[in-house]
Amino acid sequence: MDHVVQRNGTSFVKSLLNAWSWLFLVLILGFFEVYAQTQTGSTFLFRVYNLQSIAVAASQILLLALGLTLVIVAGHIDLSIAFSSGLASVVIALVIRAGGVDAGWGIVALAAFAGLAAAAIVGVVNGWLVAWLAVPSFIGTLGTYGVARGAALIMAGGATVSIRNEHARELGNGTLLGFPIPLVTAMVLALICHYVLKHTRFGAHTYALGANPASVERAGVDVKRHLIMLFVISALTAGMGGLIYTFRFSAGAANSGEPILLYAVAAVFIGGASLTGGQGTISGTVIGAFIIAVIQFGLVFCGLPPYWQFVAVGLVIIVAVLVDQSKDRIVGGKA
Amino acid sequence: MSELLKVEGLRKRFGGNEAVKNVTFTVGPGECVVLAGDNGAGKSTVIKMISGVYQPTDGQVFLNGDLLTGKTPEAVRTAGIETIYQDLALADNLDPGLNLYLGRERTIRRFGLPFLDRKTMRDDAVEVMKSLGIVVPDPAAPVREMSGGQRQAIAIARAIHWQAGLVIMDEPTAALGVPEQREVMALIHRLKAKGVGIILISHNLPDIFAAADRIIVLARGVVAGERRPAETNDEEIVRMMMGATL
Repeated sequence: MDHVVQRNGTSFVKSLLNAWSWLFLVLILGFFEVYAQTQTGSTFLFRVYNLQSIAVAASQILLLALGLTLVIVAGHIDLSIAFSSGLASVVIALVIRAGGVDAGWGIVALAAFAGLAAAAIVGVVNGWLVAWLAVPSFIGTLGTYGVARGAALIMAGGATVSIRNEHARELGNGTLLGFPIPLVTAMVLALICHYVLKHTRFGAHTYALGANPASVERAGVDVKRHLIMLFVISALTAGMGGLIYTFRFSAGAANSGEPILLYAVAAVFIGGASLTGGQGTISGTVIGAFIIAVIQFGLVFCGLPPYWQFVAVGLVIIVAVLVDQSKDRIVGGKA
Repeated sequence: MSELLKVEGLRKRFGGNEAVKNVTFTVGPGECVVLAGDNGAGKSTVIKMISGVYQPTDGQVFLNGDLLTGKTPEAVRTAGIETIYQDLALADNLDPGLNLYLGRERTIRRFGLPFLDRKTMRDDAVEVMKSLGIVVPDPAAPVREMSGGQRQAIAIARAIHWQAGLVIMDEPTAALGVPEQREVMALIHRLKAKGVGIILISHNLPDIFAAADRIIVLARGVVAGERRPAETNDEEIVRMMMGATL
């Protein structure tokens, strides 16, 4: 009897720890709301502008973090997303610019395709390095990070490639059913990634790969092909991030993804992934991205200099790791 | 007794070094043959030649009379020989159902898309485990929350579920505590009762005597002798392992 009670107690704490990121998100939203009510007599949560700003910032983080989640679950990392997104951004802007001032939907679609293809090439190279040449993903993708960065800057001539195109502007700043298009894009991609990771054989193999690569190999799965696909997915979602950036700001920027890399990695780990692989969910990453976006926007809302967001997000990352570790301690370690 | 597996004159040469010479033995259905021997005696080389990981320099392997030599490890598995390795080849973070079906997962269609059929796979895992006398405490929990013996049982369940005729177990109790070693021994007896042939690799004498129908002792790559447990004792087996007696 005692044994049963203790088990229930443990699993309660466990589910609390699993849900901590949700609780944390609610907590910081509550904090900023209380701050707004008491200090300025206004509201934080119930203003469309605030919600939209948070949602768009979260979307931009998410687009880099979605494919990355799959890579991290498989026990790898992809640092090159910072510049596969930048490369896509520059390529898209260059194609649209080449299309002339009144470039139509066709050119915009072609530009999007070219940008995503450029990002996919980075993904294929990453996968080839990791799967065929057995280069550790941290080093391999750090290499392609540099190559993609250089390639993007060379193509852009070291400057921002500004464009003037109504269609692109509309896509980046318009709304669909009242929701900003970047948010809708990120959410649709999140749903697809969730389906792939949670409900497909590919997803099951991804988890198994993170826990014990030998188990997947022995089960007859083509591990090399699987790794290449993971890195291509990661590069493609990052490329979508570059696409949304270009459309939002009517500019292709090689460095557009760089400041988001840290936040994207943080979102995945805040969302419950583990550095050793085998753990993590898309829903967790979505919450992680929103936690960071709320902190970013909330601190500025409170009138603090924007630099405080680095401190705050850094602290949240450390808390996330501590929670992850205590989870292992309670469950009894990951054998 | 009819023959399930027949190993004939196996020889393996690595460069100038002859790791295994002229190894011949048979395994019948429901029979447990222990390959005993000191480190480096050639036990692992022999099972790798059976499972298709190594190709023998000379000699043949037959399963139910069909030649297996020259087939890939995958083809050997499909033919019905499952090897259970020390590291178990389990994905710790997945539930028993997904581990049972790893690489051959079942899906059902919903909204025109394939979804993992977790429930069927879980139910099947619970069922096979039950036939091995093991109750899965929480079929939805990842296997890392299970005991070493239960985890070993999943690896064995995989062999049964995919209808292996012969299971090769490489030091299955090496990493386990005493109660779990007993569980594994009980599993071996249940496997035998199902008519599955077993090759057990071990250098743990109590395990050898508890599980074996026949003991084949390897020393320096050759068969040093073959005994039934009833007609020998610890001392003789150890002497044979050391290569002292024929």
